[in-house]
Amino acid sequence: MKRAAFAVAAGAVVAWSLAPAAWQLATALKPDSEITAAPTVYLPHPPTLRHFAALAKRKPLGRYLLNSFEASAAATLVAVGAGLLAASALARMSGRRRRRVLFGLLLLVSFPPILLLFPLYEAARALGGVNHPLALVIPYAALALPLAIWILESAYRQIPREIGEAAVLDGLSPLQRLVRIELPLALPSVVTAGILVFIACWNEFLLALTFLTRDESKTITAGIASVGGSSIYEIPWGQLSAAVVVATAPLIVLVFLFERRIAGGLTRGAVKG
Amino acid sequence: MRETATGTTRERVAFLLPAALLLAAVVAVPILRVVSLSFERVELDGRAVTSWTGLSAYGRLWVDSRWWAALRNTAVFTGASTLLDTVLGVAIALVLHRRFRGRGALRAAVLIPWALPTSVMALAWAWIFNDSFGVANDLLARLGLIGRPVAWLGEPRTAMAAMIVAEVWKTTPFVALIVLAGLQGIPEEILEAARVDGLGASARLRKIVLPLLVPSILVAAAFRAVQAYGAFDIVYVMTGGGPGGATETVSLYAFQNYFRYLDFGYGSAIATQTTIFAALLAWIVIRLARPDGKEGEAR
Repeated sequence: MKRAAFAVAAGAVVAWSLAPAAWQLATALKPDSEITAAPTVYLPHPPTLRHFAALAKRKPLGRYLLNSFEASAAATLVAVGAGLLAASALARMSGRRRRRVLFGLLLLVSFPPILLLFPLYEAARALGGVNHPLALVIPYAALALPLAIWILESAYRQIPREIGEAAVLDGLSPLQRLVRIELPLALPSVVTAGILVFIACWNEFLLALTFLTRDESKTITAGIASVGGSSIYEIPWGQLSAAVVVATAPLIVLVFLFERRIAGGLTRGAVKG
Repeated sequence: MRETATGTTRERVAFLLPAALLLAAVVAVPILRVVSLSFERVELDGRAVTSWTGLSAYGRLWVDSRWWAALRNTAVFTGASTLLDTVLGVAIALVLHRRFRGRGALRAAVLIPWALPTSVMALAWAWIFNDSFGVANDLLARLGLIGRPVAWLGEPRTAMAAMIVAEVWKTTPFVALIVLAGLQGIPEEILEAARVDGLGASARLRKIVLPLLVPSILVAAAFRAVQAYGAFDIVYVMTGGGPGGATETVSLYAFQNYFRYLDFGYGSAIATQTTIFAALLAWIVIRLARPDGKEGEAR
């Protein structure tokens, strides 16, 4: 009996979590007549890839995905690189100063993103970065940096101090110590930080929407916001759903591959410290 | 200059430098710029002409009914979504805490909403709440909860409700994970002792588990409140602030001033004022994150 109640609860949790995305997939695979049928048709019959084809003809989907990947991957490298250095120095600081810096970082990430939008846009325009997806790299890296530092710093503090001291006695420079000793020991957390930063950058919308106005330079989030029809009455729901499927599929794969790390990293960033 | 076996002050400064430069360029300098812009009026007369207006933009906020409406919308959105997030998040954490086969898969499923882009899933939710073809109307009608289709995004109250549902769907996993970590920190012996004392499952939950979870719940809720308060993506995509401004948040109002009305000074004042309120919320977050001002003291 208790078992059954638990199974129902677990089933409800899964349904609630997956239904909205699953519904997009179902819609994307339906012929138009079934999308607008009343009463609602739940399963596509027969499934069709027509909307994906139509969307791909109208919008440079591959380009969007590539732009998102480039900007997010580059920002992840910068954020994790700078985060590794900073976390290494922070882990060596005295408790009070370290806590002050960490909480300062926490304060930074709680600012509403709108605060920085206009000055960053001005800067991008002044530096010729408008419509250049790589102009997003520096802001993305900086905005994800506090998260990366939180995760990496807590990993460094797990490394026994004697290991670092032994490395110095052996004549390693600080940078060598970081790369050869600390990095391998902290590698799982580096991967976690990288995944979380990558997801945050991939999902960013506000800056992408403002910086990128030309279709070929848009990231996937900015590109998909522009998929609508020529008027509100002809929103191509089949194509929109196909677009949602394209934008979310890579993330769903990422979550199932790295579920444990993501869950661990999220709670470490928020709870510890 | 203290030298230790593990490094000098100079080395530390060098290691902190890249992070500090990034944050200075992307956070500190822009903050100074936006605050100074809020004291100016920029007129586009062929080219940008700037004049100093002091605090007048903030005075304008005071009498701007659209700003007050946006602030109220933001407060409703933040309050309702944080509350629902917390209740659902605790419930999901309790489910996830149980040991069973397939727990990893369940946890992955729960994480999905958190990992998907808000702006993209806002489109998905707009489709779910579509008045003519939306599945929400169909499901609710089948359950006998509504007589005829609801124009969810066409009415002020239902539009806000639909947006809150979409936000809660997206952000509950975050709360669930933090509360789950809190759950896992409760020593098994305490629960065992309660069991021996004859407390039933629901009494254990009410009298022992939930009180011990309060710190995790507060931290998660405070984080969520701060994030919800800055909401932009979901509003911009799902309702555009409509109908008739009924779901416009302060962030969206600032955005409209920047890029629609080209009133950069006023937009900056809204963004600054919004942030002052957010900082108050953030201060609460920090108080909650370390109520005793301590952490596991290392070294």
